[in-house]
Amino acid sequence: MDAVTTDAPLLAVRDLTMRFGGLTAVDMLSFEAHAGDITAVIGPNGAGKTTVFNCITGFYRPTSGGLNLTQAGGRFALERMPGHRIARHAKVARTFQNIRLFAGMTVLENLLVAQHNTLMPDVARGLLAVFGLGGYRAHERAAVELARFWLDAIDLTARADDAAGALPYGAQRRLEIARAMCTGPVLLCLDEPAAGLNPRESDELSALLLRIRDGGCSILLIEHDMGVVMRISDHIVVLDHGKKISDGTAEQVRNDPNVIAAYLGEGDEDETPAEVAQ
Amino acid sequence: MSRGATALPAILRDAGLSALVAFGLFAVMIGLKTDAGPTSLVLTPRPWAVVLAVAAVFFGRLAMLLWRLWRPAGVPAPRRITAGFARAGRYIAPVVLAVALTLPLYAGRYWLDLGILVLTYVMLGWGLNIVVGLAGLLDLGYVAFYAVGAYSYALLAQDLGLGFWTCLPLAGILAACWGVMLGFPVLRLRGDYLAIVTLAFGEIIRVVILNWTTLTGGPNGISGIPRPTLFGLTFSAGGGPGSFADFFGIEPNLTQRVAFLYYVILGLALLTNWVSLRLRRLPLGRAWEALREDEIACRSLGINVTITKLTAFAMGAMFGGFAGAFFATRQAFISPESFTFIESAMVLAIVVLGGLGSQLGVAMAALIMIGGSEMFRELAEYRMLIFGLALVMMMVLRPRGLVSGRTPSVSLGERHEIAPDLVAQGRG
Amino acid sequence: MAYALQQLINGVTLGMIYGLIAVGYTMVYGIIGMINFAHGDIFMVGAFLSLIAIVGLGMLGITSVPLALIVTLLFAAGIAALYGWAVERIAYRPLRGSFRLAPLISAIGMSIVLQNFVQVSQGARVKPMPQMIPGGVTLLSSDGFAVQLSWMQIAIVITTLILLAAFTWLVTRTPLGRSMRACEQDLKMAGLLGIDTDRTISLTFVIGAALAAVAGLMFLLYYGVIDFFIGFIAGVKAFTAAVLGGIGSLPGAVLGGLAIGLIETFWSAYFSVQYKDVAAFSILVLVLIFMPTGLLGRADIEKV
Repeated sequence: MDAVTTDAPLLAVRDLTMRFGGLTAVDMLSFEAHAGDITAVIGPNGAGKTTVFNCITGFYRPTSGGLNLTQAGGRFALERMPGHRIARHAKVARTFQNIRLFAGMTVLENLLVAQHNTLMPDVARGLLAVFGLGGYRAHERAAVELARFWLDAIDLTARADDAAGALPYGAQRRLEIARAMCTGPVLLCLDEPAAGLNPRESDELSALLLRIRDGGCSILLIEHDMGVVMRISDHIVVLDHGKKISDGTAEQVRNDPNVIAAYLGEGDEDETPAEVAQ
Repeated sequence: MSRGATALPAILRDAGLSALVAFGLFAVMIGLKTDAGPTSLVLTPRPWAVVLAVAAVFFGRLAMLLWRLWRPAGVPAPRRITAGFARAGRYIAPVVLAVALTLPLYAGRYWLDLGILVLTYVMLGWGLNIVVGLAGLLDLGYVAFYAVGAYSYALLAQDLGLGFWTCLPLAGILAACWGVMLGFPVLRLRGDYLAIVTLAFGEIIRVVILNWTTLTGGPNGISGIPRPTLFGLTFSAGGGPGSFADFFGIEPNLTQRVAFLYYVILGLALLTNWVSLRLRRLPLGRAWEALREDEIACRSLGINVTITKLTAFAMGAMFGGFAGAFFATRQAFISPESFTFIESAMVLAIVVLGGLGSQLGVAMAALIMIGGSEMFRELAEYRMLIFGLALVMMMVLRPRGLVSGRTPSVSLGERHEIAPDLVAQGRG
Repeated sequence: MAYALQQLINGVTLGMIYGLIAVGYTMVYGIIGMINFAHGDIFMVGAFLSLIAIVGLGMLGITSVPLALIVTLLFAAGIAALYGWAVERIAYRPLRGSFRLAPLISAIGMSIVLQNFVQVSQGARVKPMPQMIPGGVTLLSSDGFAVQLSWMQIAIVITTLILLAAFTWLVTRTPLGRSMRACEQDLKMAGLLGIDTDRTISLTFVIGAALAAVAGLMFLLYYGVIDFFIGFIAGVKAFTAAVLGGIGSLPGAVLGGLAIGLIETFWSAYFSVQYKDVAAFSILVLVLIFMPTGLLGRADIEKV
């Protein structure tokens, strides 16, 4: 942890490179995400977006490059931290492309597991709680209150005691976001949160994300649904074949010839940003 | 019954085929017995035994198919049992507890001994349930911690002259330390690798005990392990000053000691149960269950996966150690023979048959398996054969165990059971 | 030096036996992802079937050793294959697609059944058998130590190599092999594409059991004594070999078998016989810690 400089971006990605054997999934990528912004990372399938996420959240160790996160608690070099420390100390939370809820636990339990580190700062205090020591009760009440707040926010209070795996798909997506928020993050990384949602659900999702941003948590977003991306993003980074091909506001990216070429040249089914704009 | 009439030839054919396969399996193995002859081995033919075995398979299969055909329609039997258990669970538990608490008042020596045996396995089952049922870590070498507990007490008592109640926590702590030591390098292995490594550890500990003759007595074991006392009162058969019978001015008899041992193991088992139930509602236990559900998600939420697994492993090991210390004091004699893989397998089978994570299920499974196998004691060498067959049959009929649903650890409104097919089994 | 060479020969022989058993573990694990705990006991059943056949042929007056051995091999492999089939059909098939631990417990149950079945039907006593292939060649002698290579060891190594070659051909060149590899990649998808997965799995068990029975015959010939309990330790070690080599990989199983055989032999020769199992298991633990997917296993990148 270095001294905090106020003008530093929340997340600074510098020359990030990730190779798997002979394949270079991310190639000398640099971009910044600023506090209070929704930053979207878009690009055709296989562009390396999820790999970037996995590097930021500690699931992969980058081949080279730096990932600096600067927040009130200090500056963190994410590329050198294991995943659980990134979530706990650097306060980066994430969701997954293929939802990873604790399917056999209830909605409420999912949200309480997310508050593990607040409830149990260390093993000793975790064990003391068996005998009712360590002021555990008060902590748990607060944790349930926080869970209730997020249940209301995602409109799932009525299903708090149902198994997470029994929820419909859209609700599972929302619950995963709420669970990530229960860790109290400064940066929330969402991996295709709108995938598989119907238009109404997408709209609700957009509203939820704006609400999270306005609550003070910055968002890094991977998304294929250009409607959502263009509507809510403050800043867009476009990747193709592991490289950054464009970076700017929605307006700038939409009109960038590189972006149009990348999307049309790929010939896949993704809508081009330009089409959506019309 | 027309349904039966059309299916009957098919059933007969099926049973006939089974008999044919059985003949192929048994003709040589049962039909020709190798016996020691004058110079070398000779074969003794036993045609009738083959006929008997093949007939048993034929009629067994026939009966099974007929039962399947004529079984009452509607809800399949297993689900009814589960639902029944779930509803009755609330009432069964207190009744079982009441019976367990009052058993020494009306049961004789034989039943108390059986009770002690069953309770030892209930305790082991509950201990292993923390590791396998809650944290989803497959441990095939649980007996190692049982052995560590037993030998810890035996050696501490013999070499340092410490009493049972001093050694009990020490045995638990030592076993937990072993759990951490063994667990630390291997807990990041996935699923079946962890299983085989724990199995290997179990065997390593047994082989070391077997061969480290100077410390452990090797195959001869350790005998004369002291019995526990009740606040300093002994339970010697002859009474005498300082004994339980002398202090209360009653006639000394052996049943008092057995009853005392019974209450000791009942207390230990209930302690295990209480701690597990309590932990399940606390962040640590919840993290264990989350780990079983999805390890990657746990990491993304800032949970230190290694530490969490280690605590589960150590906690399970500690209760295994307690049970081991009790085993040593009850038998007064231990040897490596008591700590073979079959013990680990038995405890794991109890946990799985009971239903992973279910405290009541595990207790019932221990009662059925240990009690049941005691019932068949007269069958001598056929006992384990029947035990194995029963194990296979129970798994085929109830792969999810007796009590398979999961009760949430916390709720806002009314708590309701979670369907078993949603609950994960863990990969570690 | 000569002593070490002798240990190398002994270790390779033992390793071949472990390798043959390990192939069965690795194939079953590769296809349905379960530890077939009863496999070691199938090996034991194979050894007993071989014993019965050899004694029976002797009583029938067949004196030609090669003929007797070939008949025994086919006989034991055939009936053990039936055992393999029956075990799968009774204890595993009903649990297919069920949750992870049920087949494991069922397999442990089957292992108990087979052990006690043999104990009840053939008696608990140790069964001795006279040496069938005596003699050998002295390779070299130095420092008063003669390095022996027995005909038996040559026979074991050659038989194993032939069987493994045949089996490799089966897996890589035949339609059955292709189905097996497809099932290994994705059981559900293979089923959707019209492969009879039940039949493929059955055949996998049948082949694995036949190979284990051959290993049983070799064990019987090599050690000259068997009992109903040999399956457990041999099974655990063979499984260790499979894991060591990288589970799911055929060459890995053989390599792992060789490694375990060599470690065990050298450890017994230079350190202590009592702790040879500890040595084998410790190596397993070390390999898994530093090479979590075994020697030849595919590295699996964690998909997030």
